[in-house]
Amino acid sequence: MTDQAATITPSFGPGSPATAKLRKRHAAEKRFRLYGILALLFGFMFLVVLFGTIISKGWTAFVQTSIHLSIYFDPAVVNPSGNPDDRDELLRADYTKLARNALYKVLDVNTDDRKERRAANDLLSRGVDVQLKDAVVDDPSLIGQTREYWVLASDNTDALLKGSIDRKTLNERRAVSDQQIVWIDQMVKDDVIEKRFNTGLFVNGASSSPETAGLGVALIGSAFMMLTVALLAVPLGVAAALYLEEFATKNRWADIIEVNINNLAAVPSIVFGLLGLAVFINFLGLPRSASLVGGLVLSLMTLPTIIIATRAAIKAVPPSIREAALGVGASKMQLIGHHVLPLSLPGILTGTIIGLVQALGETAPLLMIGMVAFVVDYPTTPLEPSTALPVQIYMWATAAERGFIERTAGATMVLLAFLIVMNSVAVYFRHRFERKW
Amino acid sequence: MSSLSILAVLLIAGVVAYFVGRIRSVKVCKGEQSTLHSRPTYHGFYLAVWTVLLAVFVLTVWSAAERPVQNYLAMKKMPASVLETSDAQKSLTMSVVDSIATGLPKLTAEEREIVRKARYGFVTPADARDVLARHGVILGSAPEPYVLAAADDLAISRALAATILPIVCFLVAAAGFLWGYTRLAPKLRARNIVESVMRWGLLAASTVAVLTTIGIVLSVLFETIHFFQMVPPQDFFFGTVWDPRFSSVGRAGGAQGQFGLLPLLWGTMFISIVALLVAVPVGLFAAIYMSEYAGPRVRTFSKPVLEILAGIPTIVYGFFALVTFGPFLRDTGAHIGLDISASSVLTAGIVMGVMIIPFVSSLSDDIMSAVPQSLREGSYGLGATQSETIKRVILPAALPGIVGAILLAASRAVGETMIVVLAAGIAANLTLNPLEPVTTITVKIVSQLTGDLEFNSPQTLVAFALGLTLFVITLGLNVYALYIVRRYREQYE
Repeated sequence: MTDQAATITPSFGPGSPATAKLRKRHAAEKRFRLYGILALLFGFMFLVVLFGTIISKGWTAFVQTSIHLSIYFDPAVVNPSGNPDDRDELLRADYTKLARNALYKVLDVNTDDRKERRAANDLLSRGVDVQLKDAVVDDPSLIGQTREYWVLASDNTDALLKGSIDRKTLNERRAVSDQQIVWIDQMVKDDVIEKRFNTGLFVNGASSSPETAGLGVALIGSAFMMLTVALLAVPLGVAAALYLEEFATKNRWADIIEVNINNLAAVPSIVFGLLGLAVFINFLGLPRSASLVGGLVLSLMTLPTIIIATRAAIKAVPPSIREAALGVGASKMQLIGHHVLPLSLPGILTGTIIGLVQALGETAPLLMIGMVAFVVDYPTTPLEPSTALPVQIYMWATAAERGFIERTAGATMVLLAFLIVMNSVAVYFRHRFERKW
Repeated sequence: MSSLSILAVLLIAGVVAYFVGRIRSVKVCKGEQSTLHSRPTYHGFYLAVWTVLLAVFVLTVWSAAERPVQNYLAMKKMPASVLETSDAQKSLTMSVVDSIATGLPKLTAEEREIVRKARYGFVTPADARDVLARHGVILGSAPEPYVLAAADDLAISRALAATILPIVCFLVAAAGFLWGYTRLAPKLRARNIVESVMRWGLLAASTVAVLTTIGIVLSVLFETIHFFQMVPPQDFFFGTVWDPRFSSVGRAGGAQGQFGLLPLLWGTMFISIVALLVAVPVGLFAAIYMSEYAGPRVRTFSKPVLEILAGIPTIVYGFFALVTFGPFLRDTGAHIGLDISASSVLTAGIVMGVMIIPFVSSLSDDIMSAVPQSLREGSYGLGATQSETIKRVILPAALPGIVGAILLAASRAVGETMIVVLAAGIAANLTLNPLEPVTTITVKIVSQLTGDLEFNSPQTLVAFALGLTLFVITLGLNVYALYIVRRYREQYE
């Protein structure tokens, strides 16, 4: 019996099973806690990686390679008839030839060799003629003169200078030939080629070559849509919220509206696109690709967001203020107009901005109503075809040319910048004006 | 004068009426404002309401009715040969008439005369076509005289309507103004009337949300029924092959596509499951850490930062998946000998999972924080460690709410479009391999509706049937999730 007593391990103290179990339990506790930290870090890390890749891919889109050329506006090319008032002729002339001739001089190209000529031509963007044409049409007195211009280089030249084409790959498999590399290096040495700030990214319309493609039309389209949402969804949303909070008696109708708004907020955005297609375009006959239709669809989509935010803001106005106003004889409408609305304005503004942010980043419903369009010219009214910022990103993301990847990331940065600014304004409003009662 | 400019003029008239009403109200009480029932402002609003409201009503009804009425009248005058054709053919004829009628006002008087001569057969229709082409109205073939006749009449009646409409609107506005003006008196209960008008306005605004829902359901349902008249429902719901082919309307015996929903439904579910496999553990552990372990400082910082993930536009995730994450997975797979295609279930699922983390974490965090402190303290008192308390007490107590949060996240994943459009692939595969591309309902809605649309081909209409399916699935998930969350909340309140 005494032997047995000796083999019994103590039930507590060092080395006892309870202590071992406790250690195990504490280890489990630590592990559990670590999982939590890891989960949070995973989220943060993903954010950093996401922003990091987009910025590292996109920042180069804000500069674009240009070549400095002294262009001789050869009358024989631009204006063979000798009559500078003949606008048709000025519009039809071969301006690309002017830029090419200037480039041949800079690079000392043997103009009899067709292959060499073509290789030199490929250094220039296909869009150079537009710049020169606009200059001549604006001021026909340029004909016969020589002027200095920075003209756009082709996307391959641009890619080489930005380092996205590997110089070590074999000549045959590289988009830029050895000869072209020699020329580009020579121009770099002579300081006639450089990366300049890319204003074209913000002002140009659609283009099939990446170096001349820009967000101009998309920015205008998005602005029209935001305007529509602000003019339509905000008053409607605020009015609806006022009715539900201040007037609606608890009855069936109010319940239906309430349940409806909550469910509407969770309907996939693409379904709103189907609604827009069936009702606004097919039934009401509004034009496809118009930013007005886009704005209408986005308005319906953001309406629940604005209603919910406004209701929260109205609810936050303390009952004492209502009672005081009613007590001195104000009518319900006066109470709303004089007290409730002014006091809940910061909350309403915050909700409005959040709604606008949601609308600005939304893509799927816009694809349904034909916003995937190749629009070169600025729309002047919301009824003309246009695109939107996120739709432009979608179109560039699916384009084949490599140069568009950089553009896509650049456009994404522009979109994110808008969203960050709008969100910051919302946060500022909340902190600066919202009262704690 | 367009409807919009009429509206603008009416609004200006309303502002004028407002000031007239104010001034008039002071006059009718002979300067003693205490005798007025309502303050002058309300008299102003009263007059403005009388001036604008009726006229805007007339304008709206007229603008909505004008087109259909005119088209109906034009169609009635068509010869029997046209009236006997199918609906699609009729609408085609009508659209030609419409485009000619739109072009006619741009013509000069002589050119208009040529069209009119063509109408009565004095010159050939080809001449009219050339004239119209000069003004941007391009016609495939020379228009029949009856088409020209209809277009000519339509243009005339449109021009007539355009002159009459503003006159009618302004007459109504003037009548309303005069009526309101004569009623201005000290005893007029202007405030009560204006306030009840405003109240009705608010009520109308709140019904827009309901109308939107009705609009969604009706429009999608209508086109879906249209679709099911061409393709039997059982072929859609139980078909295992998705192969819509190209539109074959107007071609007899053209290729009839197959519209099996199952591959798309499976693709949607497969990607959503992968997304939930990422989002649920990460979101849940993040929520546990934020609500149970983290101090107030970490909590106030990490919750909004995590919510940024839900605020980033989905197109950005799609682009990231397309150019960075997909190729990364493919290259990693190649390293360890796995053949992962750049757009696969895994790519789309993981990126989507990250997007819906905040949907799981924020709601779960709120729900766990709402579990009463007494439950925690009771557990600690029995000697449980913090993690044991969480596992055995908090999570079971918060379970319904967490399930609700997960269902909401699932509904978001099912309806998500841009990530899958860019990263999931377009081939409808019935596969269990997460390394292969699949396609989803949303991807197919997008691909069936971009490009040329014909509203009478099953290739276009199937998108609405898919949309209805999507709507029903997400609505079901949401209603159930909200039901669970609401029932749970009642327990502690």
